[in-house]
This record gives sequence, C-alpha cells and structure tokens, in this order.
Amino acid sequence: MADETTGYAIKLDIFEGPLDLLLYLIKKNEIDIYNIPVALITEQYLQYLKIIKSLNLDLAGEYLVMASTLIHIKSKMLLPVPDEPSEEEKEEDPRAELVRQLLEYQAFKEAAAALQGRPLLERDVFTRSAPLDDDMEQAAEDEDELIEVNVFELIDAFHRLVSRIDKKEFLKIDLEKMSLADIINDVMERLNREKNLTFEELLGERTDRRRIVYTFLAILELIKLKMIKAYQTSAFGVIRIFPAVES
Amino acid sequence: MPNYKAIIEALILTSETPLALEKICAVLNDMERAEVKKAIQELIVEYDERQSGIYLAEVAGGFQFRTRPELSPWVKKLKGTKPASLSPAALETLAIVAYRQPIVKAEIEDIRGVDVSAPLKGLLEKKLVRIVGRKDVPGKPIIYGTTKKFLEVFNLKDLSELPTLRELKELNEQTEAQTAGELSES
Repeated sequence: MADETTGYAIKLDIFEGPLDLLLYLIKKNEIDIYNIPVALITEQYLQYLKIIKSLNLDLAGEYLVMASTLIHIKSKMLLPVPDEPSEEEKEEDPRAELVRQLLEYQAFKEAAAALQGRPLLERDVFTRSAPLDDDMEQAAEDEDELIEVNVFELIDAFHRLVSRIDKKEFLKIDLEKMSLADIINDVMERLNREKNLTFEELLGERTDRRRIVYTFLAILELIKLKMIKAYQTSAFGVIRIFPAVES
Repeated sequence: MPNYKAIIEALILTSETPLALEKICAVLNDMERAEVKKAIQELIVEYDERQSGIYLAEVAGGFQFRTRPELSPWVKKLKGTKPASLSPAALETLAIVAYRQPIVKAEIEDIRGVDVSAPLKGLLEKKLVRIVGRKDVPGKPIIYGTTKKFLEVFNLKDLSELPTLRELKELNEQTEAQTAGELSES
C-alpha cells in the first residue's frame, strides 16, 4: 500500500480535474461506468485528496466539490429503496448525473486525444515556410522575451513623439473631423491586417497633435478593453502593439 | 490552350495560406468551377502517385502543399525548432470548444469539471480559439469558437471533418466493451 501511495503521488499532476481522477479510478479498478460502486470509489477518491494535501499541493476547490458530491451520492444509495418505487423514483439513480458527466468528459478526452493524433502542422506536416509557422514561433518567443509595458511607458513614448513634431504644426488649425470611435476602429482594423505595429507606424504620416492624442487615447481605451496588448523588447525599446485576439 | 493544372499548381504554391477554390476560380474565370475542382483532384492524385515529398492537402476551406507526415523527422531536423505543443488541459478545452461551439466558458467548465481560464487564455493567444461574441443572458458571457488557424494546424478541411459525436459514442461503447471483456476474463 505504501508503495502504491508513492505511485499515486507521481501521477498526481496528470489529472486534469476531479472527473479525470474519477475516470482514472474507474479504469484502474476495472469498474463498469454505468454501475459505479460509490462506496469504493469515494473511499479511493478521498485517499487521493489526502495525498494531495499531504504534499502541500494546492487543492483545487473543484476536487472538494466532487468529494462532497460523491459522499452525497453514497448516502443516498444507503437509503432503503421503497418496495414499490414510484415512476419518478425508478428512473432516479443517484449516480445518473455523475455518470452522464463522466461519459461526456470521457468523450471529450478521447476527442482531444484524436485531435492530438492528427497530422499536426509544424509537428508532422510543414508548409512552404508559411508565415503561419513564423507567427507561431514568433508568438511563442514573444511570450518569453517581450516585456509588457505599463501606462507610464506608453505616456513616455507619447511625449517623445510629441516633442519630435515640428512646432509650427501646432499653429495650424485642423479641420479634419475625428472621433475616438473612428480612430479605435481604424487602429483595430490596421492591427488585424498588420498583426503588430509600433505607435509610430500606427500614426503613419498623420503626425498632427490631435491625431497623436486621439491615437494614444484609442490605444489606452483598447488596452483597457483588453482588445490589444502592448509589448517592448527592452527598457526604452520600441513599443509594439498586438491585437489581443483574432477578430 | 494553357495548361490549367500547371496554373492551379502555381497558384497554390504561391499562396501563403490555404487557397480557396473561389480564388482559383476567380483567376481562371474562363474555366468552369467543376473543371477547376477536377483539375485539383487530378493534382492531388498525381502528387500521391509519384510519391512526392509533398502532398496537396485540403485544409481550412482551401488547398495547400504540405510535406508528408512520414518525412517530419528530417524536416524538423532542418528547422531545428520544437513545435509548441498543447497541454492536456488546453487540448481538452480546445476539443470541447471545437465540438460545442459557440460555447461560453461556464459550459466548458461544466464538462471539464475544472476552471478553464488558463487553458482558454493560452488558446486565444495561440489563435486557435477566438471570441465570437457575447451571449445575450445576464452577465453577457463571452462566446468562444475555433479559428481558421485551428483547421490549418489540425489538418482539417472544415469542422464537419471532426469525428462526429456519434462516432465518439461508439468509441465509448468500444472502451466499455473492452473493460467489460477484461472484467469477464479476470
């Protein structure tokens, strides 16, 4: 038993949640999923929880919820069945809901395995150095190397840009009508097309003050809405803006 | 008369993403759609027959040349990169989104029995899953669906190419039959 216990410990991180653990126990005990001996499974399940606790691992709340569900089912099963069960009681096996959940989860677990078994791009099949591959690598690298910039660094970039503008520009009266909503749409549209852009690139030729202010506000607003992300490769480096998700 | 098959081959090769039939038809506008389709099918067969290192795959609603799966050890050696693999949690979440889309986070969590915030975020970042909209119920939860890139990465023509849930059910019954078999043996 002691050996088995250590065996459990090693396997702990492979469980994807309480349902996964239950499926494992069912398989391990070679139990018919439609006729689960709740007492046995509950006992083993609680043993696992003990081990998780003894290892000081974070016990996700979901595991505890499942434990209480199991105990609830167990107690229900202990109740004497009436001699002549009514129609409702007949179809109400206390385990039914759990079995349905387990079967559904098992189906998706298998579906996930089937997906993994397909010829995957960049693992089994490759395209003619498609940008898709670069994107994937780039995205992976970005996560490691890019530093997320805070609002102050963005403001800094904004100051740098404003100070670069020809002072005479400020005297011109800009008649171009602009709205923040338009600029936000413009920024999102360009980001979706270009995948990532620097603040300067976003502004392009139109470097009048109002345009800069509006673009800056648009970026702040979009970051707040989690529609875009701002990264820089190093302190004082160029800040690149990425769309947060594909639209 | 131009060699249409050669033209189609060239078009597919130069396209960075899977090239849709419509786009090929738009270039070869004097050609019937059915003829284009036939020419593509012939190309697929030709690549197969000559045991070429590449094959013409129908993925993500288009056509794309890809290297054969059995050649991956060498290609990987050349590229020297390890593909970013998905964690079991991410894969399960992705499978649920793929089959049950459009779906909200709470529904995914109902099936998995655990919180899916982290894997879902990873899938969004990898662009395998996208936000489709918001459900018109209290709280306006975000609705998720899979992307075109999901089809490209998993080599799927379209979502209908996923094994149907009925097949999944059969799979279940099989494993159950197996378990039952094992039980009776022991």
